Amino acid sequence: MDKQLYLSSSPHIHSGETTDKVMRLVIYALLPATLLAIYFFGLPALSTLLICTLGCIGFEALSCKLLKQPPTIADGSAALTGILLAFNLPPSIPWWIALLGAATAILIGKQIYGGLGYNPFNPALVARVVLLISFPVQMTRWTAPAPLASGIDAITAATPLGEMKTVVSLTGKLPELANSGFMDYFTGNMGGSLGEVSALALLLGGLFLIYKKVISWHIPVSFLGTVLVIGGIFWLVDPGRYPSPVFHLLTGGLLLGAFFMATDMVTSPVTYKGMLIFGFGCGLLTILIRLFGGYPEGVSFAILLMNAVTPLIDRTCRPKIYGQVAQQA
Amino acid sequence: MNLKSFAGGLHPPDSKHYSAGKAIERCPLPDELIIPAAQHIGAPAEICVAVGDQVKKGQQLAAAKGFVSVPVHASSSGEVIAVEPRLHPLGRPLPAVVIKPDGKDQWDTSLTGADPEQLEVAALKEMIRDAGIVGMGGATFPTHVKLSPPGEKQIDTLILNGVECEPFLTADHRLMLEESERIIDGIKILRKVLNLETAIIGIEANKPDAIEHLTTACVAHNIQVQPLKVQYPQGAEKQLIDACTGRQVPSGGLPMDCGVVVQNVGTCAAVSDAVRLGRPLVERIATVTGPGVVEPKNLLVAIGTPLQHLLDQCGGLTGDPAKIIMGGPMMGQTQLSLEVPAIRGTSGLLIFREEDLSLKNAGPCIRCGRCISVCPIHLQPTTIAAYARLDMVDEAKQQNALDCIECGCCTYICPAALPLVQSIRHIKGGIMAKRRKI
Repeated sequence: MDKQLYLSSSPHIHSGETTDKVMRLVIYALLPATLLAIYFFGLPALSTLLICTLGCIGFEALSCKLLKQPPTIADGSAALTGILLAFNLPPSIPWWIALLGAATAILIGKQIYGGLGYNPFNPALVARVVLLISFPVQMTRWTAPAPLASGIDAITAATPLGEMKTVVSLTGKLPELANSGFMDYFTGNMGGSLGEVSALALLLGGLFLIYKKVISWHIPVSFLGTVLVIGGIFWLVDPGRYPSPVFHLLTGGLLLGAFFMATDMVTSPVTYKGMLIFGFGCGLLTILIRLFGGYPEGVSFAILLMNAVTPLIDRTCRPKIYGQVAQQA
Repeated sequence: MNLKSFAGGLHPPDSKHYSAGKAIERCPLPDELIIPAAQHIGAPAEICVAVGDQVKKGQQLAAAKGFVSVPVHASSSGEVIAVEPRLHPLGRPLPAVVIKPDGKDQWDTSLTGADPEQLEVAALKEMIRDAGIVGMGGATFPTHVKLSPPGEKQIDTLILNGVECEPFLTADHRLMLEESERIIDGIKILRKVLNLETAIIGIEANKPDAIEHLTTACVAHNIQVQPLKVQYPQGAEKQLIDACTGRQVPSGGLPMDCGVVVQNVGTCAAVSDAVRLGRPLVERIATVTGPGVVEPKNLLVAIGTPLQHLLDQCGGLTGDPAKIIMGGPMMGQTQLSLEVPAIRGTSGLLIFREEDLSLKNAGPCIRCGRCISVCPIHLQPTTIAAYARLDMVDEAKQQNALDCIECGCCTYICPAALPLVQSIRHIKGGIMAKRRKI
């Protein structure tokens, strides 16, 4: 026995779970939606995805270098943030806005707090909201899907939610698109942010994450359930004025938000009970903004607002500890 | 099968295939038996022999000192060749008696057993104490103390721990298969001492042969066998009580505070020997296993046998050892050397090579919450560990750090490879130190 022995306190085995494995699985789960986005929106989508992803990795590497910290890009979290940011932008956004978004997400959304694990807000959503407020025109110029093979140039189009908001505010009545075209909404054949359009692809990815136990069901179920129930109540009260819960579910960024943004571990509660409350809050705020707010879509704002109360939720939802029982006399 | 369990925990690969099928084998005596005076929780025993003395097997080498203490005995006949500090499994040299066995392995003839039916409870307890019986699951708490609850505590249930939830270990499994009569006899004695009827043997469902065998054997004795879900740490005292009875030990309390006494099945067998044969605890079953061992086995080991000697009986090492662990991989203690002796709490010897270890650098917590969902006490390990890193003793205490049973689930599951239970262990020390100062 010439070699030295390891001395350490127990346990001496490990599950093999790693942070980069978690990030990698989330990226895999986003693949179907990524491929469909490229299929529907063509080269602009591909270039936006590349700019955001490489931009995020680049800015993180740069910040580690400037701050003389060990490099962290290998953990995959920067790449994931980049993909999620691209998913939240119009497919043909100017390249420099996308790059500015990447800088915002990584530098202001994450590194400024100390990097992975310390940021209170979802970095990709911070960037999206900063861009939405700073560049309202470019951030709401949507393109209609033009499949790669069709050879048609991008034409501008409204999102179903945007169209609904405009028509309802002008006429007080729902437009036709709130009651039809659900199959297109389901597959993703509509205007919208790059990665949010295909309910089918997002659902596949989300279920994969739950099956792989990367995320638990609590946030998506309570988020979506709240939207369905509250949206459903409004719809039952006045179906001419409020859209059906299925319309809510399939349009906008709800599924992307519920499965991939709200479930960001760093910025959501750590206990199951807390996750249920968090999801409920996200759902409630989303519906209120969609039906009564100034913006057509409220998922990003809802999640960011709930990110802000996550520490409070964590504090109030401490699990009941074993042995907190009355002592036998 | 109706499997009971507790909330939380996880299921690491049980790795019991190395040794589960191996019948118990008696390990030959080594050249030297190193018998430490401290082999139990409580005051170390006081050595009462000197160099040159001839001792018989079972003869007392060190006397109990105080109530929470037990005597220590010679595990074979021979000559005392040294009384000096020797490297102890705790990691430092501690007083020990070194015996050179004479090869005759003769029992001390003054040791005589008795029929437990004919004895008073006090006499039974005395025999158990004089035999040096301690909890053999690894905690080594003196058994007679557990059997002496204060008068105001109503004890109505005896739980026997045959769970063996630690991966790799199979010593209790083999004992239950091969020595069920001794276990049952011990249970009957413990029932008499505690003056109760209900006795439940908890066994994890990954040992169906043991469950079947004991269920059949126990029918005539009014002892229940409770199959339990395979979930670590099912064999931790608090989790076992919860699974078997639905009761919880109050925070900061003992099992007797909820009317329960828990004993390991190995302890029951030792109690039977102590009373019926008058024989003290001088040997135990230990599983010698792991990817670093050529031929893993379950050995019947004389207390004081150096670990190297155990390995020699198992074909030696498969490569360079990187970690020598006494006990299981989740809660066992790493050893400095193979010269350390097996003691009363040695349930196993586990050898890992470099390639079997997980040596990752810790990253930042990503707040995934897995440590919280697996914690069997329902603590927030990542929060307590964060306080521990900052030495914030009071905050850690407020998060109930003292309730941590140190099972290691949080560290096992952590994707950021954070040493969570290690940090909690550290701050628990800080909390206790502060408590003593006040």
